[in-house]
Amino acid sequence: MGEAIVITSGKGGVGKTTTTANIGTALALMEKKVCLIDTDIGLRNLDVVMGLENRIIYDIVDVIEERCKLHQALIKDKRFESLSLLPAAQTSDKTAVTSEGMETIIKQLKQDYDYIVIDCPAGIEQGFQNAIAGADKAVVVTTPEKSSVRDADRIIGLLEKEEMEAPRLIINRIRNHMIKSGDMLDIDDIVQILSIDLIGIVIDDDEVIKSSNHGEPVALTPNSKASIAYRNIARRILGETVPLQSLEDEKGMFSKVKKFFGMRT
Amino acid sequence: MHEKKQAITIKGTRDGLTLLIDDTCSLEAIFKELDEKLGDTQPTNDGKLVSVTVKLGHRYLNKEQKEQLHDIISQKNNLFVQSIDSEVIQREEALAWKEDSEVKTINRIIRSGQVLEITGDLLLIGDVNPGGKVVTTGNIYIMGNLLGIAHAGANGDKDAVIAASYMNPTQLRIADCISRAPDYEAEGVYMECGIIDKETDKIVIDQVQVLSQKRKSLSGFERRMSNG
Repeated sequence: MGEAIVITSGKGGVGKTTTTANIGTALALMEKKVCLIDTDIGLRNLDVVMGLENRIIYDIVDVIEERCKLHQALIKDKRFESLSLLPAAQTSDKTAVTSEGMETIIKQLKQDYDYIVIDCPAGIEQGFQNAIAGADKAVVVTTPEKSSVRDADRIIGLLEKEEMEAPRLIINRIRNHMIKSGDMLDIDDIVQILSIDLIGIVIDDDEVIKSSNHGEPVALTPNSKASIAYRNIARRILGETVPLQSLEDEKGMFSKVKKFFGMRT
Repeated sequence: MHEKKQAITIKGTRDGLTLLIDDTCSLEAIFKELDEKLGDTQPTNDGKLVSVTVKLGHRYLNKEQKEQLHDIISQKNNLFVQSIDSEVIQREEALAWKEDSEVKTINRIIRSGQVLEITGDLLLIGDVNPGGKVVTTGNIYIMGNLLGIAHAGANGDKDAVIAASYMNPTQLRIADCISRAPDYEAEGVYMECGIIDKETDKIVIDQVQVLSQKRKSLSGFERRMSNG
């Protein structure tokens, strides 16, 4: 029996879809059977980020309105045998899906997959209600901006009313130099306000935009900071204890030696 | 000697008349006696009004009966009813009083978009996040961070206070006074409280220690009793 995790944020543009794609990919890298669901009906883009747009034949609305079987709508990833995507419809709107419909689909998928990662639309209306309907767990994505933290707080309040585990937090798009200069919210401040467990921090990394434009999740690049961050999050979802990534840039060997001798770097 | 025990005793004080009404006889008898005692002269326009305080003892009058009593007295020459006091209240009223003066303990975080409304005093163990709101008819005590909106004395009690372990609110409201955070970014304050300053009629923030001088009757029940 699998586990359904919804990735949500309230505010748009904080990186829900990117996070969904990358956590899904990282879990697949660890040889788990993963299914991604895009619930942003009418504004789908998880398929674009995954580079699977050209493979879509049926979508989630077709499944709910019984124009096709669930397995017909699932798209196999081009890189991993164990990764699938259930795309959103582009032509309908969010009222085409019901909470009950979602619950049935997720219940079916749980039989075959270890993890079901649900990409939630922005907002707190029907689309959000649909996305969280079948989920067992929730991950809230925020950026170190006041507006985004405010919306995350609202979402956590709504999630607490549902029968699911306490949501966990990802802080995305961290810019270390701005935190240092005091122009961006501190990680500790965000965690204190939202008071939920932190499951990962992702540094603002150009690689993320670059790879998503190529339809390749960044989690596949071996060494970029964001890629390591997403793989760490996946490991924490699997229950491993992984320390948070350091925000400092890796320094060269020479400066480490200098530090060792107590010289200023 | 007495033909019958007098149901109504009238006392004159400096502030006017006090009617002590025996609480064992029937209401009809009282109305009748009142009528006789107070005379049947019609109100005249000259002379000063005399205020009357009615003391009912252990008798309970409902609203209609009170109005009736009120009318009988007011019809008389230059009398007006200042108050009708009774030693007893209805169970319902008493429970409402209790509800109104109880401290309710709530243990959760009030997040953005959530509103917590309470009758009486609130002891919140947890934070009020930005965008969250707590509203009470009494006082608000927060063991945690107050970052959102707190509204104490929502029914108009200007003596209500708001106290928090850490205070950096978006807005403080007491009764119908509102104060908001400054436009520049400000650090919050620890262990402080907001009260209405009697002289300026504005909300001021001060250390919680001043409460012991400025709001001596914070402890609920007696305060409500004396205020009615």
